[in-house]
Formats: sequence, C-alpha cells, structure tokens
Amino acid sequence: MKWIVGSFLAIAAAMLCFSFCAGRNNKGRAINCIGSTSIQPLAEMLSQEFDRQHPESIVEVQGGGSTAGLQAVAENIAEIGMCSRSLKDDEAGRFRGIPIALDGLAVVVHPDNPVSNLTKAQIRDIFEGRITNWKQVGGADATIWLITREEGSGTREAFVKLVMEAKDKPAAKAGQPASAPADKAGAAQAPTQHPNHRISRKAMTQESNGAVKELVKHNRGAIGYMSLGLVKDELKILAVDGVYPSLDAVTAKKYPLVRPFLYVVKSTPSQGAQAFIDFTLSAEGQHMLVKEGLISVR
Amino acid sequence: MRLSPATSQRLAVTFLWTLAAATMGLLLFIVAFILVQGMPYVTWEFLSQSSRSMGREGGIFPMIVGTLWVAGLAVMIAAPVGVITAIYLTEYTREGKLTHVIRFGADCLAGIPSIIFGLFGFVFFVITLGMGLSVISGALTLAMMVLPTIIRTSEEAIRAVPASYRDVSYGLGATRWDMVTKVVLRSALPGIGTGIVLSIGRSISETAAVMLTAGSALRLPSSAFDSARTLALHFFILSREGISMPKAYATASVLILAILAINLTAYWVMQRFVAKAR
Amino acid sequence: MKEATKDKCISLTLLAVAMSAIAGLALITAFIFKEGLPIMGKVGTGSFLLSSDWYPQEGRFGIFPMIIGSVAVTIGAMLIGGTLGLGCAIVLTQFCPPRLVMFLKPSIELLAGIPSVVYGFIGVVILVPAIAKYLGGPGLSVLAASMVLGVMVLPTVTSISVDALRAVPKAYREGSIALGATDWQTTHMVLLKAARSGIVAAIILGMGRAVGETMAVIMVAGNTLNLPRSVLDPVRTLTSNIALEMGYAAGDHRKALFATGVTLFVIIMILNIIALTVSRRRARRVGST
Repeated sequence: MKWIVGSFLAIAAAMLCFSFCAGRNNKGRAINCIGSTSIQPLAEMLSQEFDRQHPESIVEVQGGGSTAGLQAVAENIAEIGMCSRSLKDDEAGRFRGIPIALDGLAVVVHPDNPVSNLTKAQIRDIFEGRITNWKQVGGADATIWLITREEGSGTREAFVKLVMEAKDKPAAKAGQPASAPADKAGAAQAPTQHPNHRISRKAMTQESNGAVKELVKHNRGAIGYMSLGLVKDELKILAVDGVYPSLDAVTAKKYPLVRPFLYVVKSTPSQGAQAFIDFTLSAEGQHMLVKEGLISVR
Repeated sequence: MRLSPATSQRLAVTFLWTLAAATMGLLLFIVAFILVQGMPYVTWEFLSQSSRSMGREGGIFPMIVGTLWVAGLAVMIAAPVGVITAIYLTEYTREGKLTHVIRFGADCLAGIPSIIFGLFGFVFFVITLGMGLSVISGALTLAMMVLPTIIRTSEEAIRAVPASYRDVSYGLGATRWDMVTKVVLRSALPGIGTGIVLSIGRSISETAAVMLTAGSALRLPSSAFDSARTLALHFFILSREGISMPKAYATASVLILAILAINLTAYWVMQRFVAKAR
Repeated sequence: MKEATKDKCISLTLLAVAMSAIAGLALITAFIFKEGLPIMGKVGTGSFLLSSDWYPQEGRFGIFPMIIGSVAVTIGAMLIGGTLGLGCAIVLTQFCPPRLVMFLKPSIELLAGIPSVVYGFIGVVILVPAIAKYLGGPGLSVLAASMVLGVMVLPTVTSISVDALRAVPKAYREGSIALGATDWQTTHMVLLKAARSGIVAAIILGMGRAVGETMAVIMVAGNTLNLPRSVLDPVRTLTSNIALEMGYAAGDHRKALFATGVTLFVIIMILNIIALTVSRRRARRVGST
C-alpha cells in the first residue's frame, strides 16, 4: 500500500515541478490570437502552417468572440485580436484593423424551400417577426422559424448592421401589413428607441455557424444566416435583392451582405506577430483562406 | 374501482421493471450509438497524431494530452486536500458546529453548477491571478469542483475502518498521527481510491467550466501555463461547428471508452475493498 | 517536542486544510456576487428579475424569461428523471435479485459519468428531429430539454433514493410482510413513507443538477427570449444565457451575465439548503429509532 501513496506523491511532485519550470521557459514566445469563433478555425489552420515554417515561434489561437478579442488586445492578453465585423467608431480610434479576407453573409434556408430570393426589406421583416409565414413571401404555407446567433457575435452584429439597420426605400416598408403582432412587450416599453431593428424574441439562438447550419438542415421552415464559406452545399443560399452570392458577385461587391474578417492590433505589433500577419496576407496564406470559401483581400 | 392487492402488485411490479428496463435500454442505446458511429474512425493514427485544419483531419493527440493534464492536475490538487479534510473530520475532531460547517460547505460546493465554477475560475484564476486561459486555471477550477466528492468518499471509507483497529494501535502505544497514517489510511485506501477515480471521470467529462478556464487551443500544451483543449470540449466544438462528424463521433467514442474504463476500475477497486472488509 | 504538542500542531494543520472547502465556497460566492451585484443594483433587482427585455446592446437587462425557462425545464426534467430514477431505486432495493443489482447499479452510475455534451449531442441528432417530425414545432423545445435533463438527473435521484430506502430498518419490511401485505403494498405504504425525507432530498438535489446543467441545454433548448407557451416551444435557461453570451460580453453585459449567475447561485443554494435540512432531519430521526 505504501508504494501506491509514494508513487502517487512522486508523480504529483514531478508533474507540478515540470509544469512550473516549463511554464517559465515558454511564456515569452507564444503569440496569442484571441477572438471571433468564425475566424478561429481559419487562424488555427494558418497558425499550424506558420508554425511548421517557423519552428522558433508559436502562435496560439483561442476563440471567445470578436468583442472578447478586442478586450484581450486592449488588456495585452493577446497580441492579435480576431474580429468578424467592421470596427465601431470608438474602437477604430484605439485599434488598428487589418482586413485578412472578406466573407459573405449567406441567408440560408432548407434545400426544399421554394423561395430563392428575398429583398433586404423582406429579410428584415422576417427577422423582426412581422412576416411569420413563408406564403407572405411567395413560399409554401408554413411557419417561419428564425435562427439567429447570440448577442455579441460578430456574425450577428454584421447581420444587424447590414440588414436590420440598413436604410433603403421606405416604400418597401409601407407596403407591409402592420397586422402581424411583433414583439408586443418590447415595442410597448421602448416605442421610440430602436423600434424596428430588433431581431424578434422568438428567434432561436445558436452559438455557432455549425449549429445554425445543423438546425436549418433539419427544419423545412427555418431561415438563418451564417458565414458563406461554411455553407458548402447542404443548404439553400438565398439571393438577396436579386443577387446570388457567387464568388464573382461578392468580389465585385454586388452582393450586399459582405463583412471583413479583421486582425486587430495595437499600433505596432511585435516582430513575431507581424510575421504571422504577413504570412496571413501572403499569397500562400490568402490561398488557404480562399480554399475555405473566403474572398481574398489582395 | 379498487384493484385487488394481487393485481396491483402485478401492475406495479411490471411498471417498475419497465422503467428500469427503459433506463438500461437508454444507457445501452447511448453507448452503442456513439460507439457504432465512432469506432470505425478510431485508429492508431487518430489517437497519436495532432489535428490538422481545425480538427477536420488528423487526430486527437493534443486533446488526449490536454485532458490528462487538466484532469490529472485537478485530482493531484484535490486529492490531498480532500483526504486531509476527511481525516480531520473523522479522526481529529468531535462532531460539532465546526464539522457541520465544513460539511455544509462541502455539500454546497457539490451542488454548484459547473458554469458557476467556470465563471469563478475565469474571474479568479484567469484574470485576477493572471494565470490566463491555461491548464493550471482549468485544473484549479476542476479541483474545487471534485473536492466534495473526494471528501465524501474518503470520509465514508475512513469511517468504515473498524474501531478495534484504532484501539489496538493506541494499545500498542502509537500516537494519533501514527495510528491515522499507518493503520486507518492503509485500510481505507481502496475506498479513497474509488473516490479519486470517480473524480478523474468527472474532470474528464466536464465541459462548461473547462471552456471558460482552460481555453480551447488546438496545440499540444507544453506547460501548465499553456492553454489546452480537452476531449469533451473538442467533441463539443467539432460537433457544434459542424467541422467533421466522423471525427466528432470518434472523439466521443474515445471519451466514452475512457469513462467506461474509469468506472470499471472504480467498481473493481470498491469490490475488492468490500470483499476485504468482510 | 512533547507528543501532545505535536498532536496539537498536526491537528491545527489539518484543520487549516479542512477549511479549504469553506474557503472555496466563500471565494466563489464573493467573486460571483462582486461581479454581479452592482449591475443588479443599477438596473434594480426587481426589474432585473421580472422584466422580459434582454437587449444587452441597449443596456436593457431582464431575465424573467430565463427564470421561467429554467423552472419549466426543471419541472419537466423532474417528472421524467424523478419517475425513472425513483422507479429504478425501488426495483434495485425491493424487487431485484442481488446478482442483477451488482450489474444494474454500476450501469446506472455509468449514466452519470457520460459527459453532458454527449447527451446534448444525442438530443440534437435524434430527439430534436423526432419531436419536430412527430409532434410539430421546431424540435428544440422545453420537451427536448426536459427529456435530456431527465436522463441526466436520473442517476442522482436513483443513488440517493437507494441509500434512503436501504436505510429503512429491515424490521419495517418484515413486519409488513408478516401482516400479509404484498411486496408492493409494503413498498408504497411502508418503505416509501419511511424513506420519504431521503427521497425528497434526492429529488431536490436532482433539481439542483437540472437547474445547473449547461452544455446539454444550450444544444437542445433553442434559447429564444420568448416566454414558452407550450412544451414544444423553445426556451432559454439561466445557464444557457450565461454560456451563450459570456464569450462575447463586455462591460455591463458581462456584469449582467454574472448577475444571472448570482440568481442561479441563489436558487441552487436554496435548493441545497432545503435538501440538506430534509436529509439531516432524517438522519436525526433514524438515529433516535
């Protein structure tokens, strides 16, 4: 029995020692990348290739979200933040955003859904909960199930900015029947502020592109939005304002829902971080991103 | 309508057995479902390679190491503290206000949801103590989570040691410390071992707390201050981001097999303990 | 050093370590409250708890739908998990041959060891589509969450109930059988009554687990902000609110999530304290018989 206790303690001691010593040695070299979960897998992929080419450096990629990434950069926890939306005005002053790729925001529905084109105004009304049945937009007689991303997600913020808060012809709105009761409680309490930009309370919230995809794939009435590069061919992508988000349309900026993927740094990044940024922007890095369905910034 | 006692007996027994059978069926279904879908993809390469392109290709070696690190360290920290607490509660003090308070604290800790542990670990270890998202933050958080289990099982194991052992060792002139370390602990060891093994299981399967404290880096952690992704979290990310279903099932299979092995070990140790006590 | 002094020193050292559980609890309480309480004060505790407007970007924080969500899901989980768990406990202690118990009990304990993400995953790939297909609605629902959580709390309910039922003195059962009662009559008239407080404690601790479960719920509950009208409606629970948004939150939003944590913490502590009081009362009563 004694040897069990003995070996247990020995292993414990060894592990603790090792972990603390090793910790001291390694700390300085890692370049931390924290931020958007939409960019995280891409950055992981880039960092693996980068590490392979530069064995002396280590790039560590963490998720957490666009906002968390910015915070991490501000607090010097991370050298590079990853942000899947444009910087807001107050943020633009404090950080430098480096676009690494463009990503289309795809509005997706079940493959069997007959609807294949919606206007921005229609999408907005759907997500506000004012259009609740597919037949109101020319589809089958079926309930619309909204699927959105969580509050604070870069994808959601980009969607809100590009669709919900976008200004367009007021005529489209006047044509909508005001009968559908949308968001009664919220509207009653905040009649003046943000009367129209809220995503309906009925929307189901999912925490990742994959979860949105999974839900839409299995629900004939569902509509959601996600990163274009991740849709592949399992879902039906809607044309917005008559423009289908093909590679050409997105590149030519004809498709209206496009957001940048940014690396965010404070004024001057360290040499290692700069090397990683350069790698991302190099032909090779960009090629890897294009292979994942993104649009190169070059 | 009143049923005759015999009829109600038959009905009740049938109903109850149905419930039990349904539970067992469910367990078998869950395990079989995951293993059938996942085992074909569990190969030596899968276990020994690091993952490539977000986990879509390659293996889960870094996650296995990460899981061992986090769970191992957590139990290394919690086990001594838990066992010592149990010794104090059983051998070094009389039942009173203090033991009630300590037990109450442990019971409350046991009931706190893992997401709260995660929040706490995030604020305290990650930010306040500046450990960052790392193996050590995750391990410390998990250690607090499994501490009550270890205290409870160790206490029970120590209490199960017959009083005569203690009397004899006192009779032979041993001090209390000698008696505890040389007699009581030795016979309670298998029971304590069971608690520790079960705690390892709990640490391995935890997700929410680890996500907020140990981070989710894909790289092989080289020290306790590196971020690591555990198997459970890897499975969550793979399946939720829809990166690769085969890899997700395979990861889940590895997890389930590990849990199965851990529970069998605990059970086996316990059986030996019971057999010896008789 | 004299033996007595040495013993005293050891005793004090052990005490210091033993206080770690309390210290841990105190630390957790302090930190969660420190992060969460200020925002509750700012928004007003009443409106924080009772308003249904959760619009973090606009600085409006109300978690009423999440509280209702947690309650709904927990009740559902207890109906399913409580019935199954108690049923299993009765079978294990009353009707099952010992050989089979040797196999059944560890299996049920294994159910507790399966990671919650695996439960959630199976819920998503099997349960949710099935509900959407046969019962309608989006599938992600109170029902789906209740069923998944029900299975997850089952082992807790079973193992504590088994202990409670085993603690009933043998004489009760023997007496009842000798009076001509059937097994079932004995079980529900004598044993269940005698073990009542233990079973109540089991159910309450199970509730604690159900309220606190996170990952599985995020995956199957749908997480809408709306109040559920039927069991087929999706809901958001307190835990999923925290885990969903924590990664992205900053400033007041983050504090509001901690305040959600405070609410959850208080609910759990109340449940724990009820469970502990109930089971302690039982211990005292069993001790006196």
